[in-house]
Amino acid sequence: MSHRGTVQDRGLTTDERPRPASPPAHIAVGESPEERRRRIRTAIVAVTLAAIGVVLAATTDAETVTFALSSRFAEDGLPDLRLPALPVAVALSAYALVVALAHLFRGLRGRVGIALWTGFGVAFVVTFLCWAAAGATFPLTNQLQGTLNVATPLILGALAGVLCERAGVINVGIEGQFLAGAFAAAVVATVTGSMLAGSLAAIAAGVLIAGMLAVFAIRYRVNQVVIGVVLVVFASGITGFLFDQFVEQDTQAFNNPGVMQPVRIPLLGDIPVLGDTFFNQTPLVYTMYASVAIVTFVLFKTRWGLRVRAVGEHPRAADTVGIKVLRVRYQAVLIGGIAAGLGGAFFTIGFTGGFSKDMTAGQGFIALAALIMGRWHPVGATVAALFFGFTQQLQSQLQILDTPIPGDLLIMAPYLATVVAVAGLVGRVRPPAADGEPYVPDATK
Amino acid sequence: MRLAEHVRRMSWLYEVTISAAAVVLALVAGAVLIIVSNPAVVATWGYFFDYPPDALAASWTVVSDAYAALFLGAFGGLRALSNTLIHATPLICAGLGVSLAFRAGLFNIGAQGQLIVGAMAAGWVGFTVQLPPVLHLVVAVVAGLLGGAVWGGVVGLLKARTGAHEVILTIMLNYVALYLLQWSLTTEAFQRPGRDDPISPEVHPSAQFPHLFDTRLHMGFLVALAAAVAVWWLLARSTAGFELRTVGANPHAARTAGMNVGRVYTFVMLLAGALAGLAGTQQVLGTTYPLTDGIAGTIGFDAITVALLGRGSPLGTVAAGLVFGALTAGGLQMQITTQTPLTLTTVLQATIVLFIAAPALVRAVFRIRARRATGPVQALGWNA
Repeated sequence: MSHRGTVQDRGLTTDERPRPASPPAHIAVGESPEERRRRIRTAIVAVTLAAIGVVLAATTDAETVTFALSSRFAEDGLPDLRLPALPVAVALSAYALVVALAHLFRGLRGRVGIALWTGFGVAFVVTFLCWAAAGATFPLTNQLQGTLNVATPLILGALAGVLCERAGVINVGIEGQFLAGAFAAAVVATVTGSMLAGSLAAIAAGVLIAGMLAVFAIRYRVNQVVIGVVLVVFASGITGFLFDQFVEQDTQAFNNPGVMQPVRIPLLGDIPVLGDTFFNQTPLVYTMYASVAIVTFVLFKTRWGLRVRAVGEHPRAADTVGIKVLRVRYQAVLIGGIAAGLGGAFFTIGFTGGFSKDMTAGQGFIALAALIMGRWHPVGATVAALFFGFTQQLQSQLQILDTPIPGDLLIMAPYLATVVAVAGLVGRVRPPAADGEPYVPDATK
Repeated sequence: MRLAEHVRRMSWLYEVTISAAAVVLALVAGAVLIIVSNPAVVATWGYFFDYPPDALAASWTVVSDAYAALFLGAFGGLRALSNTLIHATPLICAGLGVSLAFRAGLFNIGAQGQLIVGAMAAGWVGFTVQLPPVLHLVVAVVAGLLGGAVWGGVVGLLKARTGAHEVILTIMLNYVALYLLQWSLTTEAFQRPGRDDPISPEVHPSAQFPHLFDTRLHMGFLVALAAAVAVWWLLARSTAGFELRTVGANPHAARTAGMNVGRVYTFVMLLAGALAGLAGTQQVLGTTYPLTDGIAGTIGFDAITVALLGRGSPLGTVAAGLVFGALTAGGLQMQITTQTPLTLTTVLQATIVLFIAAPALVRAVFRIRARRATGPVQALGWNA
């Protein structure tokens, strides 16, 4: 069963079916019509992207683009990376075009294929940066730091969703868990003066909303998408009401938690460029790293994880072999609440240092999108969340750089990219089979 | 025949009982919130066992004051009533859009984006084009319908052709629509000359919805009611509506029966988008006149709760829209007279839907006897 969760695009994995003796030259070996259609669709999107890259490269100014490899305020910072914008952009966009065309005509598979596609992504982004930042300095470390700041709650939220949905409970209420967690963390951390207490309160709040989801979805068998939406409204209303009534009356006493101090990890923190960004972070970020590993391990390598996946795929069969379906579902949803609550805490005590009404601004829904784009797999969801973080941060960086595109249009890019990815590249995603279906245990037993 | 009639009437009575009970429970929950969030009242509860009347009287006063203000703001006089109907108008239309998609098994979170694009299209026609009075209004409304329909139809088409999930598509297109609106309000075509803030010129009077009974209430409300009747007719009396409901109940069976499921998805999302676009049109041509970046407020999201409360039926959606309109209009009054935050109404809205969604819970509280529920199909899980 565990093989089903692979993150690679199906079109990229090696095909193991028997191959016809002499395939027509234009069709990749051993490809079904369905796979062929998907390959061509993916290739068309890739060629379009590559063509955009070529246009960008052609209009790039012949100046130097500078990538700042360390913060401007760092004492012993690395020297800036200076590249001639035009040649680099032309070379990289040409590479991207070749990869896209190769996929269109031959199909790229296996490890080589993955490597080439990774290169494709990097080439496209760098081409774009050369075009946008020619003659200016692009702060690379800011970009990485910002990506992580946006992605941390997204990843935690998406993990919560993975746990719920693998067990067969749809979680549209991640946004509500975020809000509850953010509010609880800010208020409790301010009142107690302890970041740990704030984090625990956020966990409690996330679990509380998860508990409501679980009771209504599992006990009362309410439509799970409905209950998720209602929980978002509920959390928004209750945090907003308490904020208006209490917190805003005395911000100093209730809403001044400050921000967690970063903790530098020895050795890892000394890696150039990456170390400072990824290993000089707050405990919440480290918790996020650990959560990805733990959720992946637990879901795919432990008995409990197998049970979770079993009740999400075929609860009747799971029940038949003696698994307590409802109990496993409750457990999965509540444990997911821990992750989502911590994700919420990041908004206040991890990043901004204060709660404001509806501050999560739809990031919970983005986490849901990341979860689906990541095909209900913890690692896939993480990659998708990092993609969202990267594009959101890129947009704010480019606004500062004064690029030819208006920022308001650029800000749409991540969302349009998601539409393209979901419609063209990812295509039909298959959720856990019993996702969203309440289970009625056999009463006659 | 007689028996069937009897059962049907009972079913109607049952639904109303459950809904009313849910509203009562929500008001009780809201009362608890009002009490615990008022320090002066909480203080009187500190010595409850020494002298109970104090706590009870203080609690009664804050709660009854707040709810009286809420009620008066929603129903106390012509002005209050017209406020309720003004707020209800776009909620009904957008709610109809969401609820229509529900019936086909689609979860349309995109009313917000469809509403924004509808408002942009209607507003642009309203303040740019010069046409004779009635014609101008009609053209602007059609533009709004088309704008919303395009934004919704794209989702249906992509879902039908590529299998992309409509929840992701609609969430993403909501953001795209919002940023499109923000960007457009910085361009010459939309921004009011001589202004730096995101605001458009006012819609010409020839494209505005006429007012009714000398109040701020405009004809858009009647359009909303007409839309509800049209949706009812579509669902209950037309072949397309039958296909739509069949696809919603079981897409596999519908496909086996020879229906084109993809075409139904596209059709439904076109209509759902048009209805949400109509809501945006009513906002810009009936209420605000200039287009601003906050034109949609949270109507598109509230529409989801309206549709849930209306349980997928057009009549229910109208009723739910009116309830939410009353809560909003009354909530504003409550905030002014008793300083109870407007966010309380958000809590009330959520709790009402929560209780209505879980009839078993309401029955348990009020000890209402269960009957076999035969509610309409709503959106199922991801796999639907």
